[in-house]
Amino acid sequence: MRKLMLAALALPVLALPVFGTPASAADTVKIGYIDPLSGGGASVGEGGLKTFQYLADQINAEGGILGQKVEIVPLDNKTNPQESLIQAQKAVDAGIHYITQGNGSAVAAALSDFVAKHNSRNPGKEMLYFNYAAVDPILTNEKCNYWHFRWDANSDIKMEALTNYMKGVPTIKKVYLINQDYSFGQSVRTEARKMLAAKRPDVQIVGDELHPLLKITDFAPYIAKIKASGADSVVTGNWGQDIALLLKAAADAGLKVNWYTYYAGGAGGPTAIKQTGLDHQVFQINEGIPNAGYKPSVEFEKTFRAKVHMSLWYPRAVNEMRMFKAAAEKAKSLDPVKVAAALEGLEFDVLDGGKGVMRKEDHQFLQPIYISSFGSLTDKEPFDEEGTGWGWKEVAKVDTAQATLPTTCKMKRP
Amino acid sequence: MLELIVISTLNGVLFGMLLFLLSSGLTVIFSMMGVLNFAHASFYMLGAFFGYQLTRWIGFWPALILAPLLVGAVGMAVERYGLRQTHKHGHVAELLLTFGLAFAIEQVVQMIWGKLPMDYRVPELLDFPAFTIFSTNYPAYKMFMLLVSVVIFIALLVVLKRTRVGLIVQAALTHPSMVAHLGHNVGRVFMLVFGVGTALAAVAGVIAGPALVTQSDMAALLGPILFVVIVVGGLGSLPGAFFASLLIGLLQTFAVSMNGSLASVFGPLDPSTGASLLTDVWNVTIAQIAPILPYVLLVLVLIVRPMGLMGTRET
Repeated sequence: MRKLMLAALALPVLALPVFGTPASAADTVKIGYIDPLSGGGASVGEGGLKTFQYLADQINAEGGILGQKVEIVPLDNKTNPQESLIQAQKAVDAGIHYITQGNGSAVAAALSDFVAKHNSRNPGKEMLYFNYAAVDPILTNEKCNYWHFRWDANSDIKMEALTNYMKGVPTIKKVYLINQDYSFGQSVRTEARKMLAAKRPDVQIVGDELHPLLKITDFAPYIAKIKASGADSVVTGNWGQDIALLLKAAADAGLKVNWYTYYAGGAGGPTAIKQTGLDHQVFQINEGIPNAGYKPSVEFEKTFRAKVHMSLWYPRAVNEMRMFKAAAEKAKSLDPVKVAAALEGLEFDVLDGGKGVMRKEDHQFLQPIYISSFGSLTDKEPFDEEGTGWGWKEVAKVDTAQATLPTTCKMKRP
Repeated sequence: MLELIVISTLNGVLFGMLLFLLSSGLTVIFSMMGVLNFAHASFYMLGAFFGYQLTRWIGFWPALILAPLLVGAVGMAVERYGLRQTHKHGHVAELLLTFGLAFAIEQVVQMIWGKLPMDYRVPELLDFPAFTIFSTNYPAYKMFMLLVSVVIFIALLVVLKRTRVGLIVQAALTHPSMVAHLGHNVGRVFMLVFGVGTALAAVAGVIAGPALVTQSDMAALLGPILFVVIVVGGLGSLPGAFFASLLIGLLQTFAVSMNGSLASVFGPLDPSTGASLLTDVWNVTIAQIAPILPYVLLVLVLIVRPMGLMGTRET
């Protein structure tokens, strides 16, 4: 009798995975989200996942893409290229034709390579790789790949805009570079040196640091070094916990410098900046800010915050998902080959206003970018960050035409 | 320059003392049972998470006492129902047990608290700069960490060297069967030592949690370096662990603050040689190799002085 009861109890549990989900598989389009959901990159990976899930829900509420529902499949890569390939293979096995990834250019290079090989070996089963944040320029230059599309401005474009801004700030005299020791961090440091030397030959580079990626828990020794160098400005491409902890250590030591960053707005960054009391002395460069005052993006930010309980770190993710939909509708198909063809050269009104275009030559999305500073807000800026009461304020906007650099890509088309 | 030296020394001593809190328990456990407790850093992580949770419920100061007690109890249970059972199958079985335990603890922590960093803040009472030196603030909380470590080091030394309990523990380290023949319950001594060792790791976790990052990968980040400390210091030697911790803390901190490379000593390479492995080696700075220096030290010590700095028997 007891055995029978146990069996009766177990039955629905066993039955669930067998009869539960796959019924609707035919009319969903799955996007494999390959990013860190554990380890040092987890805080940003988790934020990205929530963003994409929100965007998928929004598209589904409006009827999906060509009548199909969008589903985001989370695949944890631990910010590790090897692990990413395993996850990509998992995506292939699950019949997923679209993957998206952003954190870590080493991962991006591995995935781009994987997708290229997979597509040449499996004609008819192609997959596309949408890159929303890995900004190593090499991905759209020497190593460019037809199946890879990038929505974030690459690191050189960002550095170009950032140094153009720094050119006009005469108080910058001594610059310290601190970056993560891998392909992206190295490209930031090289470009920063090159561009600063060209635009501001009077500026002295007093330090050039590379530290291990996402492994450091206490930046105090590095802060001591920055302090000793007498720098007045720090340039860093750090992201994830590496920027949050760097700023936290600076706050603890009371280091007063200007920070020129790519990603100070990520999880934990704003809290640390508020703690340092550096009012409008931390700058960030990206493709949109909540307080730019463009009505559709303000509306989006409002509903996004109410629903997801975080601020929108990735306006580019919005552009990516909306352009994916636009391209599929233009091609009247969800076949990756046709979507890829439709994406090439596609013009698009970006979330924060202005025109962007997916450049055909290298699959780099060109768009307006903004330089903003973090600090106290006026009535014109409604959004703060992480409950600090401080937020981002636009200090410069670079239009698409100026936020463009030539590419060396020689695209091999299928 | 002086500024950098003073600040780096402070930072190095602080990191070293944290390492010592962790390795003191590990080295005593290892020398008594002959087991490298792979899960030791996991108990440190448990301490941080218990500390975080209890801080939310009852505040930081009660958590500082309670969390190590809880973790110590978990440690004693592991010894009583895990290690003691596998002991008869030899050291390999015990080693595998702790190895598996490290993974199990990490998974349990992830299941309960998730994989994101916890918002574990420094208590308000200590959230101010203790002093300013060369215009750099030194947080009061870090001074507090230093103080706790020093107090525990002294307390441990006194207990081990000056009390009856310490006498038995020390005897059990070298002559376990003799101690048993004298009528002491060696099993219970082992259990207590394991409990105290894990509780010490937990103290380190509770106080390091707010200063560093409380996250489910924190054990994996700190674990390997603990083994370096106890091997360099010499197994079973508390002063050895103390000096090795300080040595490694200072070594890492000072290495980070140095910019020297082969290129800066011998001048840059001829640009015509182009980019190669040699240019990488030539241009890498001491700061960049700082994270691997402790492991280089480990290898050197094993070759030159296998018993460690202050150890008495071979590793």
